[in-house]
Amino acid sequence: MRKGERVTAPLVSVTGLTVHHGSAPILQDVDFSIAPGEIVTIVGPNGSGKSTLLRAVLGGLRPSAGCVTRRAGLRLSYVPQRLVLDATLPMTVARFLSLPHRVTPEATGEALARAGVPGIGTRQMAALSGGQFQRVLLARALIAQPELLILDEATAGLDQQGAASFYRQIEQVRTQTGCAILMVSHDLHVVMSASDRVICVNGHICCEGTPEVVAEAPIYRALFGEGTQGALALYRHHHDHTHGPQTDQQPGSGHDHGASCGARTTPQGADE
Amino acid sequence: MILDDFMIRAGLAGIGTALAAAPLGCFVVWRRMAYFGDATAHAAILGVALSLALSLPVFVGALLVALVMATLVTLLAGRGYAMDTLLGVMAHSALAFGLVAVSFLGGVRIDVMGYLFGDILSVSRGDLGVIWGGAALVLALTIWRWSALLTATLNPDLARAAGIDPRREEMILTLALAIVVAVAIKVVGVLLITALLIIPAATARPFARTPETMAGIAALLAMVAAWGGLRASYALDTPTGPTIVCGLALMFCASSVISSVKSRA
Repeated sequence: MRKGERVTAPLVSVTGLTVHHGSAPILQDVDFSIAPGEIVTIVGPNGSGKSTLLRAVLGGLRPSAGCVTRRAGLRLSYVPQRLVLDATLPMTVARFLSLPHRVTPEATGEALARAGVPGIGTRQMAALSGGQFQRVLLARALIAQPELLILDEATAGLDQQGAASFYRQIEQVRTQTGCAILMVSHDLHVVMSASDRVICVNGHICCEGTPEVVAEAPIYRALFGEGTQGALALYRHHHDHTHGPQTDQQPGSGHDHGASCGARTTPQGADE
Repeated sequence: MILDDFMIRAGLAGIGTALAAAPLGCFVVWRRMAYFGDATAHAAILGVALSLALSLPVFVGALLVALVMATLVTLLAGRGYAMDTLLGVMAHSALAFGLVAVSFLGGVRIDVMGYLFGDILSVSRGDLGVIWGGAALVLALTIWRWSALLTATLNPDLARAAGIDPRREEMILTLALAIVVAVAIKVVGVLLITALLIIPAATARPFARTPETMAGIAALLAMVAAWGGLRASYALDTPTGPTIVCGLALMFCASSVISSVKSRA
């Protein structure tokens, strides 16, 4: 149906994106897009260009080639990997949630409750624990009622249990608000199970698809080893229900560069 | 007329400068730009020399050179040298070149000390107009961009996601800083301008729970120090600019003692 197609027009689409740092290429010829209500996870080893891809979507860097197109008027929110508040900057949680736009105390309270940290509005940001801090960042991101929520290694400072509970919160947010979520993470097994689609990046898109497809892909195994596979199975029960709009998921990235990929990673893949 | 009294003019000049410098100084402290302020301020002496050579108003020359300096530092940042090294080189080179340039202007008798440490007692009505005009502009800029500046200070990507261009905010901050420098030369001189920016903010920190209260307290303290320093310099027959900064330093000490006592209690 024509109408249905318009609804799922991508929030952000990236075509032929190439980014250089100095003369070294960080990302090459990346194509990807994210549809409304979709949870997409970007995985990849250190220095693979995951965070660069996120920053390109945010509009924070100039690509050497290709382009990033956002849907007109797109409301997006961002939860950074780490936010260091200078010790000289006094900031209550409530004040932080009102940046850059003032919100009502009711909206503040509601956002904190939805992020799982009710009633801490009067605390100083510097006095929060790591888990509380990340949830406050999430609360601030939710206040803008985003259509797209971007998270960059949002659980970097949390233990495994904290991370798992954080991601359950994220799934709940998607269920409640229907916003799309784009995230980068190292917590592969936890994150992947919550994703509709996983994109494996290593300078370019190596493979792409549902968590199961990516976890089975040889290139993914070569990059991350076998350890995560069992853990993924462990968490798979999270994924036995359907949520929100379904999107087409294609195994593989849709463009062919398998040969170079395979060649580069064969030595590591041999441990099977 | 009340402005005929040089003490009144001096007091108004000090209070105006303090009112604009203190809230801006909070950003200098939060963004760790103290050296940046120093470099911009020291470069202004070169601007003074140029103004005198070209018969321009001192305010204009100082503003232009401060702007050029600030832009140069921003452009050179991250190109091989650490920021503090770069700023150290630029600040003192600009000061040295400025002093040498002033010495070439042998024809005119110039009171270099007046530009280095301020000459608030000689503020004319015209000066007062320039100082309050500049101060009002800086204060308006700071208030207008407050939320955006604060967001960009927290995290550039956070700002971008909210539709704020962090580089634009940085440029606005730089512009405001250059105006404060140009305005404050007459009041405390190029060597002490940074004190007027950062000491009130640092003094206010222990008593503030939000950025806004910190800026408010800083502005209040700076105005008290400007007026109090002026009176004290009159009574003790001491140079006014340095006396104002001494007042700020004493406030900072008191604030540190009070906050350490409070945190131990």
